[in-house]
Amino acid sequence: MILSAFWLTPQKMRESYNQIAIVQQAEKIISMKRVVVTGLGIVSPLGNGIDHVWNRLTNAHSGIVPITHIDVSDLPARIAGMVPRGDGSDGTLNIDDYVDKKDQKKMDTFITYAMAAGIQAVEDSGWKPETEEDQDETGVMIGSGIGGLPGISEGTLTLKDRGPRRLSPFFIPANLINLASGFLSIKYGFRGPNHSVVTACATGTHAIGDAARMVALGDAKVMVAGGAEAAVCRIGMAGFAAARALSTGYNDTPEKASRPWDKDRDGFVMGEGAGVVVLEEYEHAKARGAKIYGEVLGYGMSGDAHHVTAPAEDGNGGFRAMRAALRSAKIDADKIDYVNAHGTSTPLGDEIELGAVKRLFGDHAHKLAMSSTKSAVGHLLGAAGAIEAIFSIKAIETGILPPTLNLDNPSDSCDLNLVAHEAQERSVNYALSNSFGFGGTNASLVMGKVS
Amino acid sequence: MSDVADRVKKIVIDHLGVDEAKVTETASFIDDLGADSLDTVELVMAFEEEFGCEIPDDAAEKIQTVKNAIDFIEANQG
Repeated sequence: MILSAFWLTPQKMRESYNQIAIVQQAEKIISMKRVVVTGLGIVSPLGNGIDHVWNRLTNAHSGIVPITHIDVSDLPARIAGMVPRGDGSDGTLNIDDYVDKKDQKKMDTFITYAMAAGIQAVEDSGWKPETEEDQDETGVMIGSGIGGLPGISEGTLTLKDRGPRRLSPFFIPANLINLASGFLSIKYGFRGPNHSVVTACATGTHAIGDAARMVALGDAKVMVAGGAEAAVCRIGMAGFAAARALSTGYNDTPEKASRPWDKDRDGFVMGEGAGVVVLEEYEHAKARGAKIYGEVLGYGMSGDAHHVTAPAEDGNGGFRAMRAALRSAKIDADKIDYVNAHGTSTPLGDEIELGAVKRLFGDHAHKLAMSSTKSAVGHLLGAAGAIEAIFSIKAIETGILPPTLNLDNPSDSCDLNLVAHEAQERSVNYALSNSFGFGGTNASLVMGKVS
Repeated sequence: MSDVADRVKKIVIDHLGVDEAKVTETASFIDDLGADSLDTVELVMAFEEEFGCEIPDDAAEKIQTVKNAIDFIEANQG
């Protein structure tokens, strides 16, 4: 090799070096690093903080309640999964514990939820970079499906009723989706990639998947990733009701409204909150002795190319997203022990997803367990995939599968173990979590125990 | 202290989340009280709201301290 290089002309040598550089670059890309989860943060209708939420979730509690903070008397859907507010005790959220009062007016509600969940996750991970080099290696990727809908709606009324001079100078930044990532990065000095995902109800899953890829490819050593949503406002509730997407038959019994795969399901229930995880390169986490919850092993995406709000009837989009996630994890389908379904409780979507699971897993579909935690918290839209990834990681960590509430009479085709009513104990080596969004966007994550 | 001064100080304390002791008449919103340029825009809006007056942009730019605000409002009120 050295001898032959000796005889190369300068031109040939340059080409040779270029080729080596290309090969080195390719090797760098091909050798994806392992990515583990080292911090969890959650704000949800079941409360604030992962221990409280997981305890309530696995004890079959519901966080769906009547909406009282806005007038809903003229709306067909009057219930939602609301974050319990309080003084911070007993699992209530006191936003003052996370964000200075004077800064709260610079953020619409979804950003305050992202801050609470983000701070919890960072504190849990113990990763607080002090040096510039470590700060440069730490990024943020928090998405939202809709962002500052309440703020935009109020700002519009201010403009109409009182004129442009009364609009807050914080109106734009308070409502921008990527400002969740922005505010968290400013708080901690995270100067790595600062990004955001907006893919409707698949946002949280895409955010974690994309951020995991960034760590795997070496763009950052640590990524703080997840989703946040707070769109339970008049225009949000009226908008989803106009799209005929919401449950309207259980306003007097809210805890029974979200009932994935049940014959009497009639639409999804709005929810709000945020889920944030700390994703970290495996060797980095090991070197600092971090607590490792589990590993992000695979990520798959697809598009339906079919309809604005309805999933393709053959479940093709979800099928391909799950298949791609398994391929990227390099594991066989029969290794999956638990599926956290998208399962929103809509008449169409639940059975289409279940059909895709049956097709992908074959006989193994009857051996794995699948549940929808939306039965307890409702549909957190852009935060849904993030909190469901957290629930999947907790299932791996604890060996407890969270239940599907209200599954009294499964639809005819729904003959899998859907963890009806009560949590089940089962060792989970590998879990898969699905999210599908308006626009026909699909994402799946495979997570597992760290071997 | 005038009624206007009390009300201006209260707005500054509420909006910037600072200790009352720091809000002296010579205190600069940006240099002493931790405000950024957007905070000062919002402060001016709050003064307009409280005192029912309009503060034009060129005048607002000159309101950089607590005393600037009190002086402007006392000169332009009623």
